[in-house]
Amino acid sequence: MIPAAFEYHRPTKMDDVIALLTEHGDDARVMAGGHSLIPMMKLRMADVPHLIDLQDIGGLQNISIEGQRVTLGAMVTQHELINHTALAEVAPILRETALQIADPQVRYMGTVGGNVANGDPGNDMPGLMQCLDAQINLTGPSGSRSVAARDYYEAAYMTAREDDEVLVSVSFDAPRSGYAYEKQKRKIGDYATAAAAVTITKDGGKVASASVAMTNLSDVPVWSEAACDALVGTDCNVDALAAAVAAMLGDIDPTEDNRGPVAFKRHVAGVILKRAIARAWDRA
Amino acid sequence: MNDMTPDREERSANLKGLGCSRKRVEDARFTQGKGNYVDDIKLPGMLHGDFVRSPYAHARVVSINKDAALELPGVVAVLTAEDLAPLNLHWMPTLAGDKQMVLADGKVLFQGQEVAFVVAKDRYIAADAVELVEVEYEELPVIVDPFEALKTDVVLREDLAGQTEGAHGPRKHHNHIFTWEQGDEATTNQVLDDAEVVAEETMYYHRTHPCPLETCGSVASMDKVNGKLTLYGTFQAPHVVRTVASLLSGIEEHNIRVVSPDIGGGFGNKVGVYPGYVCSIVASIVTGVPVKWVEDRMENLMSTAFARDYWMTGKIAATKDGKITGLHCHVTADHGGFDACADPTKFPAGFMNICTGSYDIPVAYLAVDGVYTNKAPGGVSYRCSFRVTEAVYFIERMIEVLAIELNMDAAELRRINFIKKDQFPYQSALGWEYDSGDYHTAWEKALKTVDYEGLRKEQAERVEAFKRGETRTLMGVGLSFFTEIVGAGPVKNCDILGMGMFDSCEIRIHPTGSAIARLGTISQGQGHATTFAQILASEIGLSADSITIEEGDTDTAPYGLGTYGSRSTPVAGAATAMAGRKIRAKAQMIAAYLLEVHDDDVEWDIDRFVVKGAPERFKTMKEIAYAAYNQAIPGVEPGLEAVSYYDPPNMTYPFGAYVCVMDIDVDTGVPEIRRFYALDDCGTRINPMIIEGQVHGGLTEALAVALGQEIAYDDLGNVKTGTLMDFFLPTAWEVPNYETDHTVTPSPHHPIGAKGVGESPHVGGVPCFSNAVQDAFRAFGLRHTNMPHDHWRIWQTANRLGLHD
Ligand SMILES: Cc1cc2nc3c(=O)[nH]c(=O)nc-3n(C[C@H](O)[C@H](O)[C@H](O)COP(=O)(O)OP(=O)(O)OC[C@H]3O[C@@H](n4cnc5c(N)ncnc54)[C@H](O)[C@@H]3O)c2cc1C
Repeated sequence: MIPAAFEYHRPTKMDDVIALLTEHGDDARVMAGGHSLIPMMKLRMADVPHLIDLQDIGGLQNISIEGQRVTLGAMVTQHELINHTALAEVAPILRETALQIADPQVRYMGTVGGNVANGDPGNDMPGLMQCLDAQINLTGPSGSRSVAARDYYEAAYMTAREDDEVLVSVSFDAPRSGYAYEKQKRKIGDYATAAAAVTITKDGGKVASASVAMTNLSDVPVWSEAACDALVGTDCNVDALAAAVAAMLGDIDPTEDNRGPVAFKRHVAGVILKRAIARAWDRA
Repeated sequence: MNDMTPDREERSANLKGLGCSRKRVEDARFTQGKGNYVDDIKLPGMLHGDFVRSPYAHARVVSINKDAALELPGVVAVLTAEDLAPLNLHWMPTLAGDKQMVLADGKVLFQGQEVAFVVAKDRYIAADAVELVEVEYEELPVIVDPFEALKTDVVLREDLAGQTEGAHGPRKHHNHIFTWEQGDEATTNQVLDDAEVVAEETMYYHRTHPCPLETCGSVASMDKVNGKLTLYGTFQAPHVVRTVASLLSGIEEHNIRVVSPDIGGGFGNKVGVYPGYVCSIVASIVTGVPVKWVEDRMENLMSTAFARDYWMTGKIAATKDGKITGLHCHVTADHGGFDACADPTKFPAGFMNICTGSYDIPVAYLAVDGVYTNKAPGGVSYRCSFRVTEAVYFIERMIEVLAIELNMDAAELRRINFIKKDQFPYQSALGWEYDSGDYHTAWEKALKTVDYEGLRKEQAERVEAFKRGETRTLMGVGLSFFTEIVGAGPVKNCDILGMGMFDSCEIRIHPTGSAIARLGTISQGQGHATTFAQILASEIGLSADSITIEEGDTDTAPYGLGTYGSRSTPVAGAATAMAGRKIRAKAQMIAAYLLEVHDDDVEWDIDRFVVKGAPERFKTMKEIAYAAYNQAIPGVEPGLEAVSYYDPPNMTYPFGAYVCVMDIDVDTGVPEIRRFYALDDCGTRINPMIIEGQVHGGLTEALAVALGQEIAYDDLGNVKTGTLMDFFLPTAWEVPNYETDHTVTPSPHHPIGAKGVGESPHVGGVPCFSNAVQDAFRAFGLRHTNMPHDHWRIWQTANRLGLHD
C-alpha cells in the first residue's frame, strides 16, 4: 500500500488544470478529496504520474440555490452537504444520502465532484443525481458543456467525461416531492449492498410523478424508468410496490461479491426499494 | 505527628491498590498520539525492507531475476532463499515443531508467501523495486479444502516427503500433520451407543484474523563493532524471541537485545516469528546498518498468523430428561502451508480439550487432525487461550443442538448439567483440574437480570405475530456459559520451544519510597503499567502512583514467556505478588529493628508495620525503604529488592454467563442487537474499570467474528477479504451498549485469587452472538448454521427455511 512516485501539481486557475491535462493526457488525473483516488494509487491500481490537486481552484466550493435550482460546486464536501441548512430545506434528500456515505472522516474530505466523476458503481451520488435528473457541468479545452446524469455513466469507471475535461458542478431542480434514500450496507464505511433513491410527487392521493434510481446493482447507477411508470397513477399500494420492484429488477444486473450472491442482492434491492418508496410516499 | 495519621480506610484508598478503578497511566500518551511504536523507531542510516510476495497459492518458483530491481537507484540488496541458505536461514523452526520457509525455497504454498526481500534507502523505493523483481512461477494444483487435502495425490510439503512421523506423532497422509487424541474413546463410544438421546452436528469455525490496529514489524540493528544485535519488534514474547534469535543466528544471547516498544494490539497475531523479522535481522547483518520492516494491512491480513479454521463434528449423549452422559468431538484443523500454530509444545491443538465446557460430563473423547492446505500458516489464539474459543463455541453449540433434540429450554439444559460448586476442584473427563467456580449462582443472576422468562414469552409472541404476517422480524435470545482455561502454565506440562511457561517480576524499592517493577510480560493494550502497580501497592503498601512498571526490554526485564492466553495476571501477576511479599518479609526485619522489637512482634497493616498491641508504634513502608539504604542493620543486607519467578501450580478457570437479545430482519438478513448482558467471574478484581474496558473490547471482537469477520479464499487460494473494506472490523456504530456484571470466585491457588479476564468476553461472546442468530430461527426448524452470520448468510438461512415465500 505504497504508491508509486508521482508529480504533484497544485494550480490556482482552471486554465492551468486544463493545460496540465492536455499536456500529460493519460498520465494526469485531477484529485479532489483523494478518498477514492489515493487508495487506488496506494494499491497501485491507479498509476498517476501527474496528480493535479484541485483544492486551490476558486469557484468550485459553492452551494448555490436560486429558487428551486440547486448548483453544487465540484469541491463541495459531503460534510458540507450535511451541514448546509438552506440545502437541507430545499433538497433534504442530499443530506439523507450524504449521511449514509462512509463516515465523518471520509465525508470531511470526499467531494460531490469526486463522487460523481469517479464512476465507481458503489458511489451513492451518481444514483442520486440520476434520480434528481441532474446536469453534470464539465469544462475542457474546447469549452464547457453539460451532460445529463442519466446519460453520463457508460461502464464502471467509464463516463461521458473526456480525459481532459474537469467536472465543475452539478445542478438540478430540487423536487417538490416526497423523497427517500435507503441503503443497506455491512457496516459504517461500506459501499451499498443495495441502495435506492426515490422521489414521489402526489396529486389527489395518487402518484403524479416518480423517480427511482438504484446504486451498486450494476456496473453503472440504474435509473429505472419502468419502475417510475409502475408507480405513476397508483396510490402506492402493495400491488404498485410489487410492480415497481418487478420493473426495477428488470433493469439491474448485480454481480456476486463479498456482500453476497446475486439472488440475495436482487431480493434486498426489492426490499430496499419498497422501503424507499414507502418513505417517499409518506413524505409526499 | 501520629495524630495526623489518616484512618485505615483512607490509607488503604491512598494506595490505589486492588479493587480501585484507577485511570490507566498509559492513556496519557496514547490519547495524545505520543505512543512509541515500532514504526516510530528511526535509527541513523536505517534501510527499509519490503517483500516480493507470491500471487499464487501453490506454484513452483522457476526463477527469480533481481537485475532490474538492483539497478533501481536506492536499492541496496535483494535477498532470496539462495542468499539465506548459506546461513541456514532460508527455513526457520515454527512454534509447533514444524519448519517454515523464510523465503520461497523452490515453491510457494500460499498466496502472499514471502519470495524475496528487497532492501532500499526508503520505503517507497523498496516498494518500487518489489515490482521490478521478476519471478517466474509454474502453477500447481491448489488445495484449499482440508478434506480434499487428505485425499489428493498432490503433495504440498515436498520437503517432508516420506516422513511418516511428525513432531506430534504419526502422519497418516502426505498432507496430514498430526492426530492429537484425548480422553477415553472406547467408553465414549459405548456411552453414545447406549444413550437415550444423541445429538450430532458438524460445524465450521471459519478462518479469521486478529487484525490488531498496528501491523507486525521489526527494526534490526547489528552493531558490527561490538557484535551486538538490537531488535525492536512487535513481539508478544520478547524474551523467547531473543532465545530463538540466538539459536537461529548463532549470536550469543547476551549479545542480543530484544525490545518490544508500545504495541498497538496483539490478540495473538504477534506471538509467532515471521519471515519479516528474520529478513530484517539478516539484512542488517549483511548491510551493517539498521533495517526496518513493517508490513502493510493487506500483508498482515494475508500472511501473518490467522486464527481458527476448525471443522468440528460433535456427538453428545444424554438421558431423556437432559443429563449429559458423554461427548465425542472430532476436529479437522486447517493449518495452512506450514504448521506455525502458537501453542505450548505438547499441545498441538492447544487446550481444545477444554471442550467439555462448564458441564459435568462423565466421559469424553477428542481427536484433532491437523492438515496442510494452500493457505497462510498460523493458527494463533485470537484473544483467547490456545484454541479455547473453538472449544467453547463447540460445546455451546452442542448444548443448543441437544436442547433442540430434547425439545428443552437451553438455559435449563445448561443448569442441570453445570459442574456444581461443591465439585471444585473438578477433574474434567479430558484431563483438566478446574480450580474454582460457582456456575449456578452466576447463571441465576444473569437470567434474572435479563428477565429470561419474559424474553422467551416475548419471543414466542413474536413468532406467532410473524406467522400471522404482522411482522418481518424475528427475535433471538443468545445464551452462552463459558469456562476458560488461562494462565499457561505449569512448567511441568507447558513450554514454548522448550522454555517453561513461568513468568517473572523484579522489584526495586527506591530510598524515598517509590519503586520500579519489571516483568517478563508485555502489554499490548491490557494496561499492565496500571494494574501490576495496583497488585504491588496492595502487597507492599506504597501507592500505585509511586510504582513504575516496565516490560519488554530483554536487557533490563527478567525472563518471561510474554503476554497471550490471558497469562499475564495469572502468572506474572502472581510473580509480582510473590516478589512483593519478599520485599515485605525483609521490610518486616527492618521495621522490627527500627522499632526495637523482635521480628515477630510487628504485624503488617496496609502500608506499615505496627507493634502488635501498640498500634501507635509503627514504621511506614516509606520509612522502612529509607532505612534500607541509610542504616547499618545487623544481619540484614542494605537495599530493598526482590525477584520472583513464578511457576503456577495450575491454570486458572475464569467463567461467565452472557445473554444477547437480537432482532433479525428476515428480508434483508440484518441483525440488530437489542441487548447484551455479560457477567464475568475472573476471581479477584484488580481494576474494575480496566475489566470493563477489556470486556467491551473482547465482546466487540466477538461480535466481529460471529457476524462477519473472516479470511475467505476462493478455489484458487486467492484471499477474498484482504482489506478492511471486506474484512469486517466493527465501528462504534455496529456495537451495542454492553451491560457488564460480575460475581467473584477467587482462584484458590493464585496468590491474590485473580484469574485473568482479557479474553473471556471474546471466548464467551462468539457463541453468544451466534446462538442469538440461530435461536431466532429455532421455531422454524433451524438446527445449526455456520458463522459468520453476515447479512447474506442470515438471509440465506431464512430463505432455506422458506421464510421468503
Ligand atoms: C472508507 C471509505 C468509505 C467510503 N464509503 C463510501 C460510500 O459509502 N458511498 C460513497 O458514495 N462513497 C464512499 N466513499 C468514497 C468517498 O465518498 C470519496 O471521497 C468519493 O467517492 C470521491 O470523492 P473525492 O473527493 O475523494 O475524489 P477523489 O478521490 O479525489 O477522486 C476520485 C476520482 O474522480 C476524479 N475527480 C475528482 N474530482 C474531479 C473533478 N472535479 N473533475 C473530474 N474528475 C474528478 C479523480 O480524478 C478520480 O479519478 C468511501 C471512501 C472511503 C475511503
